[in-house]
Amino acid sequence: MSDALHPAVAGAQPSQRAEKNPEAPLFEGDYRERFDKILSRYPNRQAALLPVLNMAQEIRGWLSPQTITRVAELLELTPAYVRSVASFYTMFSTRPLGKHVIQVCTGIGCDLCGAEGVVDKLLEATGTRIGEVSKDGKYTVVEVECLGACGFPTVVQVNDRVFENVKPEDVEGLLGELD
Amino acid sequence: MAYPYADPRETRLLSKHFGESEAIGIDGWIQRGGYKALQQALGSMSPDEVTAVVKESGLRGRGGAGFPAGLKWSFMPKDDRPRYLVCNADESEPGTFKDREIMRWTPHQLLEGCIIASYAIRAEHCYIYIRGEFVDIVRILNGAVAEAYQRGYLGRNILGSGFDLQLTVHLGAGAYIAGEETGLLNSLEGRRAEPRIKPPFPAQRGAFDMPTTVNNVETLASVPHIVLNGADWYRQWGTEKSPGTKLFSCCGHLQRPGNYEVPLDFNLSDLVYSLCGGPPEGRQLLAVIPGGSSVPIMKADEIDCDVSYEGLEAAGSMLGSGGLIAMDDSTCMVRAVRKMVEFYAHESCGQCTNCREGTVWLAKILRRIERGEGREEDIPLLLDISANMAGRTICPLSDSAAVPVVSSIRKFEHEYLAHIRDKTCTAVR
Repeated sequence: MSDALHPAVAGAQPSQRAEKNPEAPLFEGDYRERFDKILSRYPNRQAALLPVLNMAQEIRGWLSPQTITRVAELLELTPAYVRSVASFYTMFSTRPLGKHVIQVCTGIGCDLCGAEGVVDKLLEATGTRIGEVSKDGKYTVVEVECLGACGFPTVVQVNDRVFENVKPEDVEGLLGELD
Repeated sequence: MAYPYADPRETRLLSKHFGESEAIGIDGWIQRGGYKALQQALGSMSPDEVTAVVKESGLRGRGGAGFPAGLKWSFMPKDDRPRYLVCNADESEPGTFKDREIMRWTPHQLLEGCIIASYAIRAEHCYIYIRGEFVDIVRILNGAVAEAYQRGYLGRNILGSGFDLQLTVHLGAGAYIAGEETGLLNSLEGRRAEPRIKPPFPAQRGAFDMPTTVNNVETLASVPHIVLNGADWYRQWGTEKSPGTKLFSCCGHLQRPGNYEVPLDFNLSDLVYSLCGGPPEGRQLLAVIPGGSSVPIMKADEIDCDVSYEGLEAAGSMLGSGGLIAMDDSTCMVRAVRKMVEFYAHESCGQCTNCREGTVWLAKILRRIERGEGREEDIPLLLDISANMAGRTICPLSDSAAVPVVSSIRKFEHEYLAHIRDKTCTAVR
């Protein structure tokens, strides 16, 4: 990873792993290298906050109070500040999530074309309610605002994969593809 | 015809190579004439000459506000502070998905525009702020950036011109309001994406308190074409006040949803019926929102107008971002408006009371009308709240939330009354 990764894009890596470890050390090895590359692109440390939180979430799966404190130390910010920023953005989670975070776009474009039916089917198939982690820890289904692919409804994003034109009858196949 | 469509009735400048996977990589892009404009700009034009040609072309900001791009560049102070170009790739206006397609198919078109614009404003660093949800697009863009560095289009002494430019891709993390240019700057600086009070404008104090220009993806992608072919060439399309072509993202109840590039004097009705094929078989068109959810709703019989900034304004709406949302007669207007308002309620940053409280109250009242529990007084109440939201806040999100409410009541009041008086919905199932 580190060989090919240009510093210009080090902070813009979509979360790459479904396997998370809430106990994993933060920013060692390749991740340390990525961290340093990110810092080199901004005139101050605070500006690295979003990319660094994104990386922390990729490693640990969610942003626990401990993770937030560690990020704050590294960027010379207060934990309260980091938390206030993390909680502002919908892609950061301050609670644990399922292995597959299934985000269903229910924005106006998808809603007009039947997104509600896709949500219902996903909740039924995973046996969850919105935002819950399924009993086996595999799934969390959430409704999200417009994902910016309105011509291809319904848009469903699972971790770093995007599925377009999803109909209720496609849900089972989609879940099958995730394992 | 498979997506992306190449309809002969389009005028494809930006979208000419959409759908050609060979155009994505740098070699394929150069074969298609890519980076010629950059060579021309750096080789034989001064930064002020580049700004001048963009100014003369009349190119207007394609993110929604429509501010003339060249004029914006000319506001950059000429002192020796570091200065930045920030590309707004936080595309999140509901109904809009054009910047995504530009970056998916022609990432180098955007990069070339970024480099030329940076040269024009003498920026030392360009940040592309791209929304974090665009995972697949980010990968494509990242690949293009690495290629551009490798070939010497980015970095030190670009093409031997002495011009140095760093470019960084910065990932957003899910916030519509980061698409507002000062909210975006705060987000780039590692803050909550709360819009700033203007003035100072970004040209005076922008990213990291330094002079900054913020331009939309489509605006920047248009720049190489203008630099290469000149202002008069660009003005052969569109109108005096709205020159050039524009991508329209078309979604909702249409036979062929997708992106279409047309000159800005194109007829809106032709766009909906000819290019997009109109509503699905057996359905009647009810309404069109031509420029993303923040612009007024038009009735089906109001769309015989051109899609220019001034044409849509005269027809009672706005061009906005060019995100066209079509609704057929199966649509419950109250529900559609409720969905749009809930979006703004969710995305309000919470700084201004009128927006933070107003959006939530609008949504609450709309939900009760939709459920058949509305009261006649709810209609004037919605209008009253809307009036208190428009023009009273730091940024236009509050205005945007009120827009669908006010325009739908003006044009579809009977649908509200059906829910309130008769506990029924006028949508044809």
